[in-house]
Amino acid sequence: MKTGYYGNWGGAFVPEILHETFRQLNAFFTEAQADPAFWRQYVDLMGSYSCRPTPLTFAENLTRRYGGARIYIKREDLNHTGAHKANNVMGQGLLVRRMGKTRVIAETGAGQHGVATATMAAKFGFECTIYMGEEDVQRQRPNVFWMEKLGATVVPVTSGSRTLKDAINEAFRDWVANMDSTHYVMGTVCGPHPFPTMVAWFQKIIGDEVRGQIMAAHGRLPARVYACVGGGSNAMGIFQGFIDDPGVELVGVEAGGKGLDTGQHATRLATLPAGAPTATPGVAQGYKTMFLQDDDGQMLDTHSVAAGLDYIGVSPMLADLCERGLVRCTAATDTEVMEALQLTMASEGIIPALESAHAFVQAFKEAGELPPDQAIIINQSGRGDKDIFTIAHAFNDPSWKEFIRSKGEEYTP
Amino acid sequence: MTLAQEIKHTLADREILLMTHLVLGYPSFEVNREVIARMVERGVDIIELQIPFSEPVADGPVILRANQEAIAGGIKVRQCLEFAAEMAAKHRIPFLFMTYYNILFKYGVTEFLDKTREIGVRGLIIPDLPPEEGADYLAACRRLELAPIQIFAPTSSDERMATLAGHGDGFIYCVARRGVTGAKTSFDKRFTDYIARCRRATDLPLAVGFGIADRQDVEMLRGQADIAVIGSATIRLVEEHGPAAVSDFIATLR
Repeated sequence: MKTGYYGNWGGAFVPEILHETFRQLNAFFTEAQADPAFWRQYVDLMGSYSCRPTPLTFAENLTRRYGGARIYIKREDLNHTGAHKANNVMGQGLLVRRMGKTRVIAETGAGQHGVATATMAAKFGFECTIYMGEEDVQRQRPNVFWMEKLGATVVPVTSGSRTLKDAINEAFRDWVANMDSTHYVMGTVCGPHPFPTMVAWFQKIIGDEVRGQIMAAHGRLPARVYACVGGGSNAMGIFQGFIDDPGVELVGVEAGGKGLDTGQHATRLATLPAGAPTATPGVAQGYKTMFLQDDDGQMLDTHSVAAGLDYIGVSPMLADLCERGLVRCTAATDTEVMEALQLTMASEGIIPALESAHAFVQAFKEAGELPPDQAIIINQSGRGDKDIFTIAHAFNDPSWKEFIRSKGEEYTP
Repeated sequence: MTLAQEIKHTLADREILLMTHLVLGYPSFEVNREVIARMVERGVDIIELQIPFSEPVADGPVILRANQEAIAGGIKVRQCLEFAAEMAAKHRIPFLFMTYYNILFKYGVTEFLDKTREIGVRGLIIPDLPPEEGADYLAACRRLELAPIQIFAPTSSDERMATLAGHGDGFIYCVARRGVTGAKTSFDKRFTDYIARCRRATDLPLAVGFGIADRQDVEMLRGQADIAVIGSATIRLVEEHGPAAVSDFIATLR
């Protein structure tokens, strides 16, 4: 197979100006991968700085409710900065130090990856610039506040749809000017090679851990593993723990937005209803995958209640696994997500991020089909409580609105 | 005559050639038509026609916005091809397509190149298609005698330049500096050394683009490069002063 390809997908479609930068990045990454001390250093760092290993929680009340498989939740929400994003970011931070660069840049949608990168930059002493779509800057003000307090410069991106994909384009534009000092901390298993491989490598810490944890708790492998899929990094992280186990079904859950027949979603791999415009193969942002695009190849607007899933493309690794039937892809709508979120909070006292709640939706649909001696795992990629503005807004909560109104008055001169 | 031969032939009369650029459908095909007519009349030697793409990562703010407004205005690839056919039939200078790979990929690489050949466009500049990813594209270009313009950058090693030159035809597009289109370039000793490296790597003519905006910049390139590429500057000019301003602007460049 060609370098950097996963079946028919992936590659490195990068402008010549970055060719040398990618050559160096590949060399440093390959060297780090081959160095057991590097991985040990990474695991130690994640243990002392980010609560790893994260627990696997048995969801007793939800299990009883559905009366089927035992439901376990992998708690990536308990990472420092509140999501699995920390795994990748701290790993790349170690790599940046190895490369001797002094500045990091990143794109962010919901702000999770931006906050994680700003945190890593503060810890390692790097300069940091975060590109964020103007629309997301407005939706995710609290994260912008934290990034700035952590010392990062947040640049609102006003081009295109003013969301994640445009932030990625701007980060590339920064990188082509500043590659000598700067590393681009790609947030997910997308983009040109070696990014998908690199991010998946750092995220496999989830799968490595959870495999041992489920064996200890349940005595055998799970029947199914559920993960939400935006770019696909938390899914690739946990799926790698079971990729060679034919008995474990891997289920990716994409953003169904306002419905798969509405065109307002971010579903690229799951099957859409007959007649609905589907994602098609394309090459953009440096890699080949399934993109939501028109007949000319222009990218379309996407929609999800979860900003972290609101993206036109998807990991080339998942496009391949899905094509080969090794991962089943489904989608959850905004409405279903809010219901699953409410239920999880009330039943287990756990608040998943809106992104993660997509995985819960599908698990809840299927848990009852399986016998009680089987187990399923849901990857809770992030925590929802820090997205209080977004979640309260999505719940359309009257007392919250009143609170915001009165706060507004307090700040009105 | 191949594009490279034609360029070398023209260079016998002119010390440096001018290549200009515009984004198709921005602000409209009517304006494109007038701008091209004025450019040709004032002696522009080659014109790059950029087919708009929604994610133009190598472009700076001016060309980025032009891409987005063209798409928002409903410009389709099919219309761009029709317009290019009209220009290639009407004007005798060589036209090139500039766009991003997804436009070709979605259309079908072979189909797109067949069409390019059929309408008389002479070559293509695809900044996000390195030769490692473009085997089919390069083979089809060779078969159809289209010039797959390769790009050198200041970050390209000598070895890399040699590889790229081996895949290229027509001329080599030398990116003058790091960064995206539209910002200022300083022509210092480092630049001169870079162009000398480019020259050693290939027998093809050298075009220099990124930040070439006025007569002074073109003067600086005289004796170093074969083709000066004016991109964002004319788009900015048309935005501010309308298409009629293009004639005087081009006349002052050389």
